[in-house]
Amino acid sequence: MAEIVSLTINGRPVRVPSGTVVAAALALAGESRFRRSVAGHPRGPLCGMGVCFECSVTIDGRPHCRSCQTLCAEGMEVRTDE
Amino acid sequence: MYGCDVAVVGAGIVGAACASECARAGLSVIVFDRGPVGGGTTAAAMGHVVVMDDSEAQFALTSYSRRLWRDLAAELPAEVHYEACGTLWVAADEEEMAEARRKEEFCRVRGLRAEILDEAALREAEPNLRPGLRGGLLIPDDAVLYPPSAAMFFLGRAPQNKIEFRAGSEVRALNPDGGVILGDGTRISAGLTVNAAGCGSPDLTAGLPVKKRKGHLVVTHRYPGHIRHQIVELGYLKSAHSVSSDSVAFNVQPRANGQMLIGSSRQYGAEHPGVEFGILRRMLERAAMYLPDLGRLVAIRSWAGFRPATPDKLPFIGPSAGNQKIWLATGHEGLGITSSLATGRLLADMVLNRPSEIPVAPYSPARSLLEGKAHG
Amino acid sequence: MSDANSRFEVVVVGAGPAGLAAAAAAAESGRRTLVLDATPWLGGQIWRGREAKGGSGSAKRWLARLQATDAVVARQTTVVAAPRPGVLLAESPEGPREIGWETLILTIGARELFLPFPGWTLPGVVGIGGLQVLVKGGWPLDGKRIVIAGSGPLLFAAGAEYRAAGADVVLIAEQTDLGKLARFGLSLPRLAPRKITQAAQYQASLLGVPYRPGCWAVSAQGADRLEGVTLRSSRRTWTERCDVLATGFGFLPNLELPRLFGCRTANGAAVVDDRQESSQAGIFIAGEPTGIGGEGRALVEGLIAGFSAAGRLERAGRLEKKRRRAMAFSRAMDRAFALREEVRNLASPETLICRCEDVARRDLEKFGDWRAAKLHTRCGMGPCQGRICGGAVEKLYGWDAASNRPPVFPVQIGTLRDPEPGSRGASK
Ligand SMILES: Cc1cc2nc3c(=O)[nH]c(=O)nc-3n(C[C@H](O)[C@H](O)[C@H](O)COP(=O)(O)OP(=O)(O)OC[C@H]3O[C@@H](n4cnc5c(N)ncnc54)[C@H](O)[C@@H]3O)c2cc1C
Ligand SMILES: Cc1cc2nc3c(=O)[nH]c(=O)nc-3n(C[C@H](O)[C@H](O)[C@H](O)COP(=O)(O)OP(=O)(O)OC[C@H]3O[C@@H](n4cnc5c(N)ncnc54)[C@H](O)[C@@H]3O)c2cc1C
Ligand code: FES
Repeated sequence: MAEIVSLTINGRPVRVPSGTVVAAALALAGESRFRRSVAGHPRGPLCGMGVCFECSVTIDGRPHCRSCQTLCAEGMEVRTDE
Repeated sequence: MYGCDVAVVGAGIVGAACASECARAGLSVIVFDRGPVGGGTTAAAMGHVVVMDDSEAQFALTSYSRRLWRDLAAELPAEVHYEACGTLWVAADEEEMAEARRKEEFCRVRGLRAEILDEAALREAEPNLRPGLRGGLLIPDDAVLYPPSAAMFFLGRAPQNKIEFRAGSEVRALNPDGGVILGDGTRISAGLTVNAAGCGSPDLTAGLPVKKRKGHLVVTHRYPGHIRHQIVELGYLKSAHSVSSDSVAFNVQPRANGQMLIGSSRQYGAEHPGVEFGILRRMLERAAMYLPDLGRLVAIRSWAGFRPATPDKLPFIGPSAGNQKIWLATGHEGLGITSSLATGRLLADMVLNRPSEIPVAPYSPARSLLEGKAHG
Repeated sequence: MSDANSRFEVVVVGAGPAGLAAAAAAAESGRRTLVLDATPWLGGQIWRGREAKGGSGSAKRWLARLQATDAVVARQTTVVAAPRPGVLLAESPEGPREIGWETLILTIGARELFLPFPGWTLPGVVGIGGLQVLVKGGWPLDGKRIVIAGSGPLLFAAGAEYRAAGADVVLIAEQTDLGKLARFGLSLPRLAPRKITQAAQYQASLLGVPYRPGCWAVSAQGADRLEGVTLRSSRRTWTERCDVLATGFGFLPNLELPRLFGCRTANGAAVVDDRQESSQAGIFIAGEPTGIGGEGRALVEGLIAGFSAAGRLERAGRLEKKRRRAMAFSRAMDRAFALREEVRNLASPETLICRCEDVARRDLEKFGDWRAAKLHTRCGMGPCQGRICGGAVEKLYGWDAASNRPPVFPVQIGTLRDPEPGSRGASK
């Protein structure tokens, strides 16, 4: 069966099957706002394929990572503070 | 047909400033550009408003213009993104520190604010600079802005019944009797014509010694607070001075929205308008020597532009040597954003026979460089 | 840099159906071939994630066909620039990579076309294809109420997939009219017999879900996330409560990379000859960038490109008939799903067009072309570099939002800077 990967989302521990993208892990954790736009509006994924940048989050301290293109990895720290 | 008092060719920041100042003084003005407002070199620039002291004349023009920018600051609309973040000149070694002190003294004597920073003060001012730099010089009154919006603001600031902008109008030639001949053959007459066509100015005024000096920039994603001032290496002077070879220098700018612009490069004889990787890499390499974390930040885009350069690094402002109906406002090289306001003001002063606040002679197109050939 | 991992006879950029076919054909023909993809997956938008699950149907066949060759595969490797002739610069988790090529095949796919309407920026409004891709990556749909509103044959496939993932698909709204759709349906047996069985399968799995041609979403509502969508048809306007609105109006070819290489484009697609060669000698383009045509067209174009790149023109030529049929299908699809005027024009003055820089329609209206608008509003200057708003302004104003400046994707400065890139990261 699928292995389980543990990561944290805004400090909360979350467990997902391996092969899950970070965007999906955020949705599983109940997050709908992935980032705030330049004018402060809430945003979430649009294109799913890495071109719109609406799903950008901070991963392991690096801002502006596209969560739809990134696979969850053990111990990963994800923040939706953009 | 009598079109207007003043025809301005070029809606870059320089042409826009000239047109605006003339219209504000009551003259009727038509501005022609083959593209949109601020779409030439003005669109490629960094937007650093900086006092430079290569020569007394350069200092006079840039410091006067910076004062005009500061006077205007409260009126500038938000989209101009004007921020008086100051310039931080960084000295890597003792030789550059000596230059910092010379500059400080030069400014102080002339009544401008300038402050020497030692190594610790430099680190406090810009914590992301690499350790071990010798110190720096802070010029707190320098600023940054977004040039295309500034050009647009200039045109909008003039009384609208006095100014008209014709986008998409290629000017084929300047009429020696005043006025312009458009690409489609239309002639529009004018009391006088201002050639403010930037790198295109020698095409309209034969023999004008304005050459293209290519520059590259990279813009990053948003990293608010990563840097706080426009930071420039003092070694920049060595690079800006070399007239022959290609050169790069560390020059980064914080934008109001948290993005950073990374420069700079200077090339002569490069005609290809696209980004050249070799020079881009050297430029980024240089920048990363000063900001070691740069490599991990995300670049969104790079581009290149051409600075309109003159042999003596001073612009041409005033009537052309051969023809009193054809005026020049061009050749601002890497300082056209800074000196646009002063250029517009000085040009209008001369047109209207008003006294100017600084001597105009150093920028006269009649200075010996013109090889005596410049006319319509 | 003559490292075995950094020089190839054929380099294929993009490992969707077109790229897999191209790489297989080139490698089978004895060419030293590299196929790379920006994502961790092989199979592109349609087959992503299938590899791990063993795959099925054509995904399985094509992945196996590629695996039987000596082609080298590089994942999570995004091509961002062309620093010198014959060299690509790519970003990978191991750092920057320079890859030399003799022949280049660009199979970089397409993106969805989004048309702005009030509320389209709310979290919960997702691309139709985008949501399919997210579901493949584990996005939860169980028990979610979904409205699908947009255009194209993908709506059926998407509806079936969302349902299989546990969603409650409330409605599928197709903007095109029943008449056009019926004519398209009638032409299917001739153009693409296999699509008929496919359609029947989707229909069966969508039993009970209303499919409404001539119907489109006019606005989405919600405070911090989507709560409902207002729909319109010729007869009425009404609101549906929902958790997700999947929207999209077909696809736009990805042309940034072809443009960077100076390949000619026309009518929003790359121009290629019968052998899939672009206007730049030695650069072939296959799949969606040459015109939207789905998996079938991508596969046949990929094969032709791969064989042609290997110099086997006769072998490529034998696929000509198949290619023509695929192109006829594309044209029929374009006609059937042509956009109605109303959906191009749904944005109100306040509606944001550029989502990266939050530029409203009102601000764009003052300008006559893309360059002026971009220069003075920052529309298209954000990280997506106009990939989303560019398509929208083209449909709204007819502006050409082409761009060809490096990097093709936002990239770490270290990737651009490093003059001596590492050469690890290639794996079989
Ligand atoms: C990379 C780079 C960074 C820079 N950074 C700075 C900085 O930080 N600070 C600073 O002060 N300066 C900077 N500069 C310099 C500055 O950009 C220029 O000096 C300034 O923009 C020149 O303005 P202009 O109006 O003379 O030229 P342009 O902006 O080029 O305007 C000329 C206009 O004339 C039009 N034109 C030309 N020929 C014709 C014709 N025949 N018919 C119709 N229209 C015509 C063009 O379309 C153009 O719009 C930088 C330049 C570069 C390249
Ligand atoms: C978001 C989306 C979802 C879709 N979902 C479905 C679906 O569920 N079912 C269906 O029938 N059709 C779907 N389609 C349509 C499908 O993509 C096409 O029918 C067809 O499969 C396209 O094949 P392709 O090989 O031309 O392109 P793609 O499959 O799009 O493959 C292109 C590949 O190139 C890679 N790439 C792009 N640029 C670069 C670069 N610079 N460097 C490295 N790699 C790069 C991408 O990561 C991608 O893997 C979808 C399309 C999109 C855009
Ligand atoms: S959802 Fe568009 S980039 Fe991730």
